Amino acid sequence: MNAQLAAARLGVRRGWIELRQMFTTPSDLAVILISAAVFVGVMLFMRTSRVPGTGFSLGTAELVSVLGMNVGFTGMATLAGVLAIEREDGTLLRAKTIPHGMTGYLIGKMVTTSGVILFSVVGTLVTGLFLFRGLAVGHAGAWLTLIWVLALGLAATLPIGAVLGSLFPSARSAGLLPLMASGLVAISGIFYPITHLPQWLQWIGQAFPLYWLGLGMRSALLPPGLASVEIGHSWRHLATFGVLAGWTAVGLMLAPVVLRRMARRESGSTVAARRERVLLRAG
Amino acid sequence: MSVLNLSAVLSSRALWATGPSPDVPAADVVIDVRDLRMRYGRTDVLDGISFTARRGEVLAVLGPNGAGKTTTIEILEGFRMRSAGRVSVLGVDPAHGGEAWRARLGVVLQSWRDHAKWQVRELLAHLGSYYAPYSEPGRRRPWDVDELIAAVGLTEHAHKKVRRLSGGQRRRLDVAIGIVGRPELLFLDEPTAGFDPEARRDFHDLVHRLADQEEATIVLTTHDLDEAERLADRILILAGGRIIADGSADELSHRMSTQAEVRWSRDGQRFVHPADEPTRFVRDLFRQYGESIEDLEVRRASLEDTYMALVRQAESGADGDAPARLFSVVAR
Repeated sequence: MNAQLAAARLGVRRGWIELRQMFTTPSDLAVILISAAVFVGVMLFMRTSRVPGTGFSLGTAELVSVLGMNVGFTGMATLAGVLAIEREDGTLLRAKTIPHGMTGYLIGKMVTTSGVILFSVVGTLVTGLFLFRGLAVGHAGAWLTLIWVLALGLAATLPIGAVLGSLFPSARSAGLLPLMASGLVAISGIFYPITHLPQWLQWIGQAFPLYWLGLGMRSALLPPGLASVEIGHSWRHLATFGVLAGWTAVGLMLAPVVLRRMARRESGSTVAARRERVLLRAG
Repeated sequence: MSVLNLSAVLSSRALWATGPSPDVPAADVVIDVRDLRMRYGRTDVLDGISFTARRGEVLAVLGPNGAGKTTTIEILEGFRMRSAGRVSVLGVDPAHGGEAWRARLGVVLQSWRDHAKWQVRELLAHLGSYYAPYSEPGRRRPWDVDELIAAVGLTEHAHKKVRRLSGGQRRRLDVAIGIVGRPELLFLDEPTAGFDPEARRDFHDLVHRLADQEEATIVLTTHDLDEAERLADRILILAGGRIIADGSADELSHRMSTQAEVRWSRDGQRFVHPADEPTRFVRDLFRQYGESIEDLEVRRASLEDTYMALVRQAESGADGDAPARLFSVVAR
């Protein structure tokens, strides 16, 4: 137990080290900055459009929704992709040869991913405060809501991301994940109010954490009046909490089983076989 | 090397020459495999393998591709389940080895492109720290990182990123990662593939140091017979899922061929003659020609000859039983 705890602490260390590596590797930093900048840029063009039925800037509302999307997208698709890649290149096997190495590795990945998410959320928000009007950040309630939505959002999406990353057979097939996630974004009310979609799509959208992350962020950072354009004319905090907590529970139940199964299969020969396949494709 | 270490080396060398005997203390048996079987569908990849390895012993596993080397090693590492048989590694069944057991093993992997952004020293220090809770009296874990880096010859690259290392330097790093926890048992899969001769020599020195000073048991697979001969106290040859030979390089070649080749020259003429009993042959030669014999050479079969002959014989054997009995050098 003592060693397990030590490994958990080492995992946090590992997460910090990899974060530092990311922020000192120009290409990694560029990816993080550019993807945030693209959204801010697009939203700037929408600044003068209005949220249907209100006089509120569509750009501002979408920027806030994008913060929620960031959490869900990075927490699930990006983490899953990284896991699939690092299983292929032998990083996971390396962790497996070390006592409690898998624990450390996974905690490290969660820390790194959370760090990237926090950085891009805070970065986008701070930029938004300068460039956009109407953000309701002047009261403590806004920040409190932001914090619990963010924390619960990470808890809901990271384990699911780890599970997805374990299920995909190769890094190449895991490349489909961002595509699927983008489809989900389209029906999650991120770029357009979900109430304008057909009823059945609304139901599908509400089954996934992405919609609730967007809603939660809007409830934190937009003026209370804008709740009128949401489903049920309410921010539905209780439902947001319930759905995200539900996904957290599902993730925490599935992750140990699926990850253990995935880890059990790793050995020198499975990594070598994958390497061979990848090199064959490349050659 | 201190006198103490030297004597330890000598005594360990003296021990294996007689082969493992039943009176080896149980604590010294690091690997004990009995009738290990592995079956995929209807194919037997391992068909009843038995062997032991003792503390401080260097064991080389040779065999053609597909002979079951990797499967055997992965079962011992606890990375693969077996179909049948009894396996004990450091006193534990690898199928149920916990993390404390794992901390006593080292596995050298063939790396590819993992941890590309990590610096050498940073990575070794990080991975090593997982072993700290498993220190034992007389075996402080992990290995001091700078000492370790020096031991594998990466001192001037300690602050390089892993992706900037050459292929050979990466393999040195693989070895360093494998031994960072100061393992009692180390597995090496094709450790020197891609090494230049100097790196290979350094690596051989390191293996000897690990076996002698650290009393680590080392199990390596290789295709390099020269390396097996130089490194290993004992050689296991696997073919068709069976052990077809088990013994020191010397024992194997003696067992395989009693015939040696005798070469000499007399009056400027070269002669080559096979001899069943080369000593007697040479004695007769001198008795007959005396001083006029020059350039005398007696050559035993090399390990490569032995290996080729054994594998050929095993593969041509109808059921593989005969060679297994014939060449099982070590009697149990």
